[in-house]
Amino acid sequence: MVIDGLDFNFYPGDHSGLIAPNGSGKTTFFHIIMGLIKPSYGKMEIFNKPVCKEDDFLNIRGKIGLLFQDADDQLFCPTVLEDVAFGPLNMGKSKEEAIEISRKTLDSLGLAGFEDRITYKLSGGEKRLVSLATVLSMKPEILLLDEPLTGLDTETRLKLIDILPNLDLSYILISHEIDFLTATTKHIYTMKDGKILLDDQSYIHKHEHVHQFGRIPHKHS
Amino acid sequence: MISEPFVVEKARINQVSPITRVVFATAYSFIVALSYRFPALFTACFLSLLMVCLSGLNLFAVAKRLVVVNGLILIIWLILPLTYSGEPVLNIGPLTITRPGIILSAQITLKSNAILLAVIALISSMSLVTLGHALSHLRIPKKIVFLFLMTVRYIFVIENEYLRLVRAMKIRGFRPGTNIHTYKTYAYLIGMLFVRASARAQRVHKAMMCRGFKGKFYGLYKFSSTRLSWIFSTLMTASLIGLVFLEIVS
Repeated sequence: MVIDGLDFNFYPGDHSGLIAPNGSGKTTFFHIIMGLIKPSYGKMEIFNKPVCKEDDFLNIRGKIGLLFQDADDQLFCPTVLEDVAFGPLNMGKSKEEAIEISRKTLDSLGLAGFEDRITYKLSGGEKRLVSLATVLSMKPEILLLDEPLTGLDTETRLKLIDILPNLDLSYILISHEIDFLTATTKHIYTMKDGKILLDDQSYIHKHEHVHQFGRIPHKHS
Repeated sequence: MISEPFVVEKARINQVSPITRVVFATAYSFIVALSYRFPALFTACFLSLLMVCLSGLNLFAVAKRLVVVNGLILIIWLILPLTYSGEPVLNIGPLTITRPGIILSAQITLKSNAILLAVIALISSMSLVTLGHALSHLRIPKKIVFLFLMTVRYIFVIENEYLRLVRAMKIRGFRPGTNIHTYKTYAYLIGMLFVRASARAQRVHKAMMCRGFKGKFYGLYKFSSTRLSWIFSTLMTASLIGLVFLEIVS
């Protein structure tokens, strides 16, 4: 069993991180929240309402955005504009409104001029940012980000670190990189034996590291 | 890598609306395919060559594509004149070359080259995405268009996965030969591609569900009709009428 006896509360304004070994159930946890995987037992309340049937999840999917691990899973429309507008159109917006929202979202992420670009011809970093735009264009209240740094260069990583804390929404972030989590989240959780544990305390620790001139006594800032 | 060799953004042909190009390429192909008289077929070949020259495409790339197709047509020339019954032209030992066989081979050659050149000039010169959008405007069922666009989108992803697998095979010293090990390895490769494509399809479906997909697809792109589109439409209509005239009258 991947998840067993999991207990987790998430409140408006929370910026939480989730760090745990591979196979510990982090992605499964996100997919359960979105109703993509049905748990065999247990209760779940989202926005103070119990959710269990597909219809319940249909209503919350517009309010919770999930950023997938692989951007190629997320971007399936031929052009960037169509992909970003896909969510708003499904939510009942008119074509003009959807295009307007998409352009604004792309602008806010520094992707102005990307509208007519072909999605499969984007670079890895561009794909990741456009994926984020496809989720943000639905104006979610909560964002679930599944390893958003995978395959990104330093520049795009810094861009994400800059963008995420400034978003006016709550989010849970899965990552293996503690530096990234400390820069972008307020609480860091971990998963063990299918349960979520809060790991907020700082511990003094020592670890071996390697760099040039390491023999000379020095301090790290 | 899968590429679109005839897509040149600045080519003259791209100033003509994609919808107009698809409509006339289809009509032209049908008329040429249904023509049998040589004056009509030679005129069609000349018109197709003119389209390629005026479209501003790389003529070397077009010639390379023609060589591939004419390689297949060569097989027809080797078989049809010898197997088609009719008035004999030449006897080579036990083999007889017939006049109707030669005529039929020549017709197939002219038709294929004329249609291929026209399709290269009018259709292959637009990106697959633009072609998808043009089809959508022509009232082709939305599901078929979406299936086409999804295929275009993911054929590149699947190709990347294929290349990754081939690289993984190569770096471990795989050399294809005529043996069970090779067949088995290729079977694994194809099997793995299917498994990965299926897993990918499931993930994409989940991503679509997360973004509120309810079975409906939307098209956002509009094509404007340029002055060149009108000139092109007039010339093409006149050419098509001319071809029909040559086929019926001559």
